Amino acid sequence: MIADFDYQFFIEVLVGGLLSGVMYSLVAIGFVLIYKTSGVLNFAQGAMLLFAALTFVSLVERGVPFALALVATFAIMVVISIAIERTVLRPLTNKPPITLFMATLGLSYIIEGAAQLIWGTQVHGLDLGIEDVPLEIGGVLISQFDIFAAVVAAGMVVVLSLFFRYTRIGLAFRAVADDQFAALAVGLRLPLIWATVWAAAGLVALVAGLLWGARLGVQFSLSLVVLKALPVLVLGGFDSILGAIAGGLLIGASEKLAEVYIGDYFGGGIESWFAYVVALVFLLIRPSGLFGQKLVERV
Amino acid sequence: MAAIAADFSAPVLPKWIAPVLLLAFAYGVVPLIGSSYLFEAILLPFLALGLAGVGLNILTGYAGQVSLGSAAFMAAGAFAAYNFNLRVEGLPLIGSIVLAGIVAASIGIVFGLPSLRLKGFYLAVSTLAAQFFVQWALTKFSWFSNNSASGVIDAPRLSIGGFALDGAVGRYLFALTIVSILTFLAYRLVSSQTGRNFIAIRDNETAARIIGIPVLKTKLLAFAISSFIIGVAGVIWAFAYLRTVEPDGFDLDRSFQILFIIIIGGLASIGGAFFGAALIVVFPLALSRLGGFLLGDVFDSGVLDMSQRIVLGALIILFLILEPDGLVALWDRVRRRLLFAWQST
Repeated sequence: MIADFDYQFFIEVLVGGLLSGVMYSLVAIGFVLIYKTSGVLNFAQGAMLLFAALTFVSLVERGVPFALALVATFAIMVVISIAIERTVLRPLTNKPPITLFMATLGLSYIIEGAAQLIWGTQVHGLDLGIEDVPLEIGGVLISQFDIFAAVVAAGMVVVLSLFFRYTRIGLAFRAVADDQFAALAVGLRLPLIWATVWAAAGLVALVAGLLWGARLGVQFSLSLVVLKALPVLVLGGFDSILGAIAGGLLIGASEKLAEVYIGDYFGGGIESWFAYVVALVFLLIRPSGLFGQKLVERV
Repeated sequence: MAAIAADFSAPVLPKWIAPVLLLAFAYGVVPLIGSSYLFEAILLPFLALGLAGVGLNILTGYAGQVSLGSAAFMAAGAFAAYNFNLRVEGLPLIGSIVLAGIVAASIGIVFGLPSLRLKGFYLAVSTLAAQFFVQWALTKFSWFSNNSASGVIDAPRLSIGGFALDGAVGRYLFALTIVSILTFLAYRLVSSQTGRNFIAIRDNETAARIIGIPVLKTKLLAFAISSFIIGVAGVIWAFAYLRTVEPDGFDLDRSFQILFIIIIGGLASIGGAFFGAALIVVFPLALSRLGGFLLGDVFDSGVLDMSQRIVLGALIILFLILEPDGLVALWDRVRRRLLFAWQST
């Protein structure tokens, strides 16, 4: 039995899993940004992802050049972020995190509805100009598109880390994350910071939306990728970008391996819940996740 | 004590009058004057969702454990009742409903186990595991749906003691009776010691532990009771309202819908669940009427669906900002004003 084990196939599945995990991480990073600075689990991240991808595709289909469409979509995401800060976050300042979470649930309904009301509900194809052909590296077949996605994700993590570390506004983000009241007391402008964070999350949503959109087609189900990102977040900790990456890799790899090697015993289709079980089992051993800060005491 | 509690609102009527009058109206008047549209499209889903809201409110509103998997427990209840009814000879309908509630409760305990280690958002996300696992299992294993090819199965006919409850009015009375009994029990529960234990855990778990509340046992109890009620609500939804049993109706959107019901109605309030359910049921119907009236043909089903989502989302945010205690708080204020105005004349 062991002698028959196909190592090459195993590695192929593993690498494929790791790379699809990167795609989950991309979505998860958007959550982490907002959670870090405001302590809110932003359920609307998936809706923002859908909105960004749908806006971009619709602009391109109407003949707007690629780069301009990208800038225009980002500008729209910034406007939305400011609007969200004004109309939703500001009136709810100092409310318990669970109230804010429910507000983001409502927000996700609004954004999803608006995206499809404006741009229609049909499925759009999205071509980023990257061919999805497998490359052979060391005898293992790896999708070119997956490698591109991984590079984008890595680039984004580096940029975000540098931003948090070396810029003034990044420092302000960290201050707010540490202690909102202290940050207010030293004169940081919370509304500005929140709007900026949401805009940054909007940018992450745009990037993730384009990559996922190129994979799945731009349609309503794109907003459901949040459901893939949530176990990643539980595993990696809601407040750690590094955790989002590590969690994504772990979930992606175990999900693909489980699907290939034990999926048959369950009759297949286990990917809808397997990631959650992995995250739960892991959390029973380490309640604060991989890199999460102290245990979240209560909401 | 009683004097202090009483002198703010100065109620002239004892507390039990309003529910009793409401029940008398629901049993005595509504069956006589209601149209079948009223029963089929409004009252039956209202009763099922209201009961599910009561169940979730015990867990989320009182015990403070946020759950995003309510629809899974509804599905578990509906399918369990269907299978008990199908496979156990001679089991009366009430028996299969109670057993279905117990099945839902035990699934609730299993998926409540993470609450012993996890809190807040981590727990909320982990309850999604219940949602996806139960839905997957019910779709995957055709045994649950008696090997029906489409996965959609007809619910059995409702009858109690050989007395058939087929018509809309019969099903309404059947649902109303179960909902009234369980709501009454839930009301008794939350004003008992157990209910206060739930609230203590919600407000401060460490303090609850210090005063000697068995936190772990109480949390699991909250999951069990809540899932029992939600499971029975699932039976009503499938047997009395839809009259079919299918996993697709119990998706994540349904779970959110029940969560919205308790936010809009009022967290930690038994009556609030019914206020919320009434709004959630009536609002899409009203919106489609209004849209059709104002915009005519432009308002097709796609546009309707999207505008429903937008208005519902906006409604939730508005409630969170303007009336965090929900419709029930609003109603209390209105009633107090009216009483005051009446007394001062």
